[in-house]
Amino acid sequence: MQHRSLCAFTAVLVLAIASACGGGGSDAPSEPAESAAPAFDPSTAGNIAGTVMLEGEPPEAETIRMNSDPVCVKEATNTETDYYAVGDNGGLGNVFIYVKEGLQGSFPADSSTVILDQNGCRYTPHVFGIQVGQTLQVVNNDPTLHNIHATPTNNAEFNTGQPIEGMTFDRTFDTAEVMVPFKCDVHGWMNAFVGVVDHPFFSVSGRDGAFDISTLPPGNYVIEAWHEELGTQTQEITVAEGETAPVSFVFSAS
Amino acid sequence: MGFVHRYIQLLSVASALLITAGGLVTSTGSGLAVPDWPNSYGYFMFAFPFSSMVGGIFYEHGHRLIASTVGILTIGLVVLLTRQESRRWVRQLGWIILAAVIVQGLLGGITVLFFLPTPISVSHAGLAHLFFSLVVSLGVFTSPGWRTSYVRLTPINDQILKRLAICTPVIIYFQILIGATMRHTGAGLAIPDFPLAFGQLIPSTWSTAISINFAHRIGAAIVTMLVFAEAGHVLAHHWARRELRRPAVLLVGLLLVQIFFGAWTVLSGKQFIVNTTHVITGSVLLATAIVLALRVHHNWFPNTTTNLKHAQYSSIRLPLKNSGIQS
Repeated sequence: MQHRSLCAFTAVLVLAIASACGGGGSDAPSEPAESAAPAFDPSTAGNIAGTVMLEGEPPEAETIRMNSDPVCVKEATNTETDYYAVGDNGGLGNVFIYVKEGLQGSFPADSSTVILDQNGCRYTPHVFGIQVGQTLQVVNNDPTLHNIHATPTNNAEFNTGQPIEGMTFDRTFDTAEVMVPFKCDVHGWMNAFVGVVDHPFFSVSGRDGAFDISTLPPGNYVIEAWHEELGTQTQEITVAEGETAPVSFVFSAS
Repeated sequence: MGFVHRYIQLLSVASALLITAGGLVTSTGSGLAVPDWPNSYGYFMFAFPFSSMVGGIFYEHGHRLIASTVGILTIGLVVLLTRQESRRWVRQLGWIILAAVIVQGLLGGITVLFFLPTPISVSHAGLAHLFFSLVVSLGVFTSPGWRTSYVRLTPINDQILKRLAICTPVIIYFQILIGATMRHTGAGLAIPDFPLAFGQLIPSTWSTAISINFAHRIGAAIVTMLVFAEAGHVLAHHWARRELRRPAVLLVGLLLVQIFFGAWTVLSGKQFIVNTTHVITGSVLLATAIVLALRVHHNWFPNTTTNLKHAQYSSIRLPLKNSGIQS
C-alpha cells in the first residue's frame, strides 16, 4: 500500500507506451526476373513523337514565400509554383511519358549520370526520368543547407543532408517506380518527381507540350503520361519499322 | 514555497514548451529537416550554427535543443529530489520521469532515423504528454498545499466523483493518442468539414483515415461529456472545496478552448499555429484532469501526516545521511 501511487504511475506509463506501440512493418520490394533483350537492328527502330495539351484554364501559379530562409530569398530566380507548366500554345510541360507495357527483354542502364540540381532553392528539373541502376547525382548549388528526402513506395526511402554548397550525392534505384517524389524538408516548397523505369524509352514534355521517344523497337505499346496534379492517361500505339508514330494526350484542367 | 517545487514548476513550463516545439515540427512537416541524429548535419547538437537554423531546421533543431534542455533539467530534478525529498516514492517518481525523458529522446532519434514510422512517432507523441503530466503530478506532490493544507481536510468519500476523476484523464489520454495517430497518419483533414462530416452526422464513405478522424471526433464528444459531468459534480457537491473547484473550472475552460482550436484546425486547413495550439491545449487539459484526480484521491498517497513530520527535518536530512545515520 505504501507505494500504491507509484505503482499506479508506472502502470499508466507502461500501458501508455504499450498502447501507443504496435503494428508497422515494411514491404520488401521484389526483384523481377529479367531476360536478355532480344537483339534488334537499330536501323529498323521507330520513334514516338507527340504532344501533351491542357484543356481549360489552369489554376494561377502562386508566389512561394521563401522568407523562412534569407539565402533563398536572395538566391531565388523563380518564386512561382510550377504545378502547371503551360505554354502559349496550350501545351502542358513537366509530363512524364514512358512505355508502360509492350517491351520485351531487358535494357542495360545508361552509363550517363542524371543530375538533379538544387539551385535558387528549387529543384531542376522538376520532373525527370531515370533508368533502374542509372546513377542519379544530386547537387547542392545553393549557399544554404538542403536535405534530399525521397519517399518512394517500392524503392528504399532515403534522406540525406547537404549542408555545404557544392556537395554532391549519388544514388541509384533498384526497382522501376513511377513516380518517386523528392522533397526538401528544410524548404517545404521544394519538390521534384523522378520516373524510374527499367528501359530507356521515356521522355518529359516541354512547356510547348512536345516530347519524343526515339529508337524504339517496332511493336505495339501502352504509353502512359503522368502529371503531378492531373494524374495519368494511357494510350495504345503501334510503332512501325523506321517510322515515327504520332501520339497526343489531352489533360483537362477542370 | 520550496526550491524543489519551484524547480518543478520551471520543468513543467519547459516541458510544455517542448511539446509546443514538437507540435510545430509535425505541423510544419519539418520532422526530417535534419536527417541525422544525434548530430545535426554532422555538427554536435549544441555546436550547430544558429545562422543555419532556417526553414524546417528551425523547428526540428529547435525542438532538439529544447528537448536537451528538458533532459538536463530532469537530471537536475533527480539530483534535487535525492538530496532534499524525504518521501521515497516521490524520489522514485523522479527516477521514472528521468527514464521517461531518456526513452522519449531515443524514440525521437529512432523516428528520425527510420523516416517517421507511425508507431514510433505516435509513441513519441504519447509519451510526451505523459511526461508532462508526470512532471505536473510531481509538482502537485511537492506543493505546500499537498504537504500541509489538504491533510486537514476531510477525505473525499464521493464514489461518483472518485470514478469520474479516474475515468476523465484516462479517456482524455486515449483521445490524445487517437489525435496523435491522426496527425502522424496525415488524417487530420480526412473529413474536411466541421461539425458535420461530409455534410452528415455520420460519414457516408469510409477509409482508414476517415475512421481515425471520426474516432477523434467521437472521442471529443465523450471527453466533453466526462469533463462536464465531473466539473458539474464538483461544483454541485463540493463547491466549498477550493482545491477541487479551481481545477474543475479550469478543466471546463480548457475543454472549450480545445474544442474551439480543434474546429479551427479543420476549418483553417491545419494552419500550423492553430494546429499546434490544439496539441498543447490537449496536454494541459490532461494535466489538469490528473491534478483534479490526485486531489480527489489525496488519501491514496503515503502520507501527508508523516511528510509533515519529515518536512521540518528535510533540510537536515543530507548531513544526517552523510554522517552515516539513516533517516
